[in-house]
Amino acid sequence: MFKVAEVPSQAGQTKDLTRIVEAAVEKHGAHADAFIPILLEINRDYGYIPAEAIRLARKLLHQPEEHVLVSEGQLYGLASFYHMLHTEKTGRHVVQFCESAPCHVQGGRELWKAIRQTLRLEAGETDPEGRFTLKTVSCLGVCGVGPVMLVDDDLYANVTPEQLTEIFGKYE
Amino acid sequence: MAFYRSHVLVSVDPECLARGAHDIIDALNDELIAQGLIDEVQVLETSRIGDPHRLGPDMLVYPENVHYANLTVDDIPYLVEEHFLKGRIVEKFRAQEKVITDEELGAPKPKEVRVVLRNCGKIDPHNIEEYIAEDGYQALAKVITEMTPEQVIEEVMKSGLRGRGGAGFPAARKWQLCRQVQDNPKYLTCNADEGDPGAFMNRRVLESDPHSVIEGMIIAAYAIGASMGYIYCRAEYPIAVQNLNIAIAQAREFGFLGQNIFGTDFSFDLEVRMGAGAFVCGEETALIASIEGKRGEPRPRPPFPAVKGVWGKPTNNNNVETYAVVPQIILKGAEWYASMGTEKSKGTKTFAIAGDVVNTGLIEVPFGITLREVIYDVGGGIKDGKKFKAIQTGGPMGGCLVEEHLDLPVDYEALTAAGSIMGSGGMIVMDEDTCMVDIARFFMEFTQEESCGKCTPCRVGTKHLLEIHEKICAGKGEPADLERLDELCVEITRNSLCGLGQGAPNPVISTLKYFRHEYEAHIYEKRCPAKVCRALIRFEIQAPACTGCTVCSRNCPVEAISGERRQVHVIDDEKCVRCGICVQVCNFNAIEILS
Repeated sequence: MFKVAEVPSQAGQTKDLTRIVEAAVEKHGAHADAFIPILLEINRDYGYIPAEAIRLARKLLHQPEEHVLVSEGQLYGLASFYHMLHTEKTGRHVVQFCESAPCHVQGGRELWKAIRQTLRLEAGETDPEGRFTLKTVSCLGVCGVGPVMLVDDDLYANVTPEQLTEIFGKYE
Repeated sequence: MAFYRSHVLVSVDPECLARGAHDIIDALNDELIAQGLIDEVQVLETSRIGDPHRLGPDMLVYPENVHYANLTVDDIPYLVEEHFLKGRIVEKFRAQEKVITDEELGAPKPKEVRVVLRNCGKIDPHNIEEYIAEDGYQALAKVITEMTPEQVIEEVMKSGLRGRGGAGFPAARKWQLCRQVQDNPKYLTCNADEGDPGAFMNRRVLESDPHSVIEGMIIAAYAIGASMGYIYCRAEYPIAVQNLNIAIAQAREFGFLGQNIFGTDFSFDLEVRMGAGAFVCGEETALIASIEGKRGEPRPRPPFPAVKGVWGKPTNNNNVETYAVVPQIILKGAEWYASMGTEKSKGTKTFAIAGDVVNTGLIEVPFGITLREVIYDVGGGIKDGKKFKAIQTGGPMGGCLVEEHLDLPVDYEALTAAGSIMGSGGMIVMDEDTCMVDIARFFMEFTQEESCGKCTPCRVGTKHLLEIHEKICAGKGEPADLERLDELCVEITRNSLCGLGQGAPNPVISTLKYFRHEYEAHIYEKRCPAKVCRALIRFEIQAPACTGCTVCSRNCPVEAISGERRQVHVIDDEKCVRCGICVQVCNFNAIEILS
């Protein structure tokens, strides 16, 4: 069963979240086929989808008179199913390493080891300072220049272990 | 169409965007306006021009064909003044090398025939007029004004076009089934959820020639009687989504989409739906669930989507490439298309070649070409003069093929008979340094992760397959593991709900078949013949080659290497963690990997 976690206590954060959720619902409309785009938008603007966001979104989306029926569990089910939606708080920057076969055979194996060593993180972890979250991502489709990784929306291709310190240094 | 004296093509591939290509475009336009040249010089976005890592952001200026590289926003005012106002080429911004290559595509390689990729890199995807100038939307006009839906289906049937998503079901047959269902409205979906690792041909078509897909979809909608269509594109392809949305808006503006297309009573509209990162959504019933805003979990078929699809209504689903070919078949005729390929696989197919070949990237070849031609003639052979070991076709649900298969003609039937599949067209070439057990483990990691979890054989079975492989790679394999693998593969294939589970064991089945000796070496001899699996290798410094330079001992993260300066060094096997750093840093190739 999906349990609603504690609401973040910081007033400012909650207010921002409300605005983000409202804007996302406003933009995509309260229809069933807009649920995933709405969650993507919240995830992008807030960094992840906290339980509070799901509660807010459900309130706006559930409209029995319009025949749009949705539960919090259903929305949480979406947020936990799709890889690009995060239900846990992420760091200020998300490093996503492509773990697909073409990258793997082009030096990805060594690079993945070096990334974990450099960041001192394993997949799915966030550092204590909240700077980086490390994740793996499925094929990004730029296999001609593997191995590749994403830092936030920036794509780095033909990455070698030696370049890592410099690349990560760009992100505060 | 307006005419310009000069065209500037700025590369906006993902790498150049990362280096500020959009800022360059903005600065260019601002400066051209300031200099009063905006009506004379057109700034266009194009795909990759040169090597984006050394040259990006870069641009090409026509008609002079000058390649400027490594540009910053501060360079633009000077560049505009010199080149466009005074007509002098700015040598200091010019790229050093003259050869301009599009790494992904480039000029057609030997034996390539481009039908799907014909416009890629040639036209501006943001400008519908350029597509129209290359015979775009002519096929649509012909279909709607001169042909009945039945004639369209007949023509595509004659061409022999088979669905390019992997299964190879005849496209026109599918259309016919959907057309015959007595229920309305009907929907059309385009599967642009290209998730196979190593496959990126759909991304390239969507980014560089979105109108060909849109035109193909409108024609298919006419043939089926569909009124609404969805292009389901994965969120990992932001540029494709953006270009599709621009193209759809322009097609609407030109009256190719919307109410009463070409003044007839045929109406059809199109929307892009974005995925959110789930490989299984490439399966058609999962894709439909995701379009409806649900978890992308497959459901049993029948009922097939042709009967009950999006919102429970008849739906026809095809792949990007299938739709993109349709306008060409209508324009050039079924006979032309059917003249290419083999008896049962007609036309051309795009492939993405990755791995250990010289020319990685996209190719389009007629069916019937041999794997040897693909690897050696089109792909330029194996990198660094190494030996070919295996080729994995068809993505993670495909199998590994070996030397004896190299002269097989590439078509749906031949690949299936050899134990692999066509899939969507990914090909990963592996050289002699690849450990096949490690590769099989790797593919199981992928399918285990991507299994949606709905049915037990796939959810639990792939996990077991992965665990057994991990055990074998860790040197803890037992003889009974081989039998367990054989048995599991059969059960998972037979009992899984959708194509993901049914195909998941394929990489294992084929490696077990062709590389059983490698499994046996891991299990019985505790040896990794390719020297990849860490638990089964050790490092040794070869005395004659070691100069005692101390580089290895200084770089070893666990201080496992000892030795005096100018004396032969020694690795303490107990302490060594097999990270391989010493092998990389040694300048004298003195460290050997043993297994």
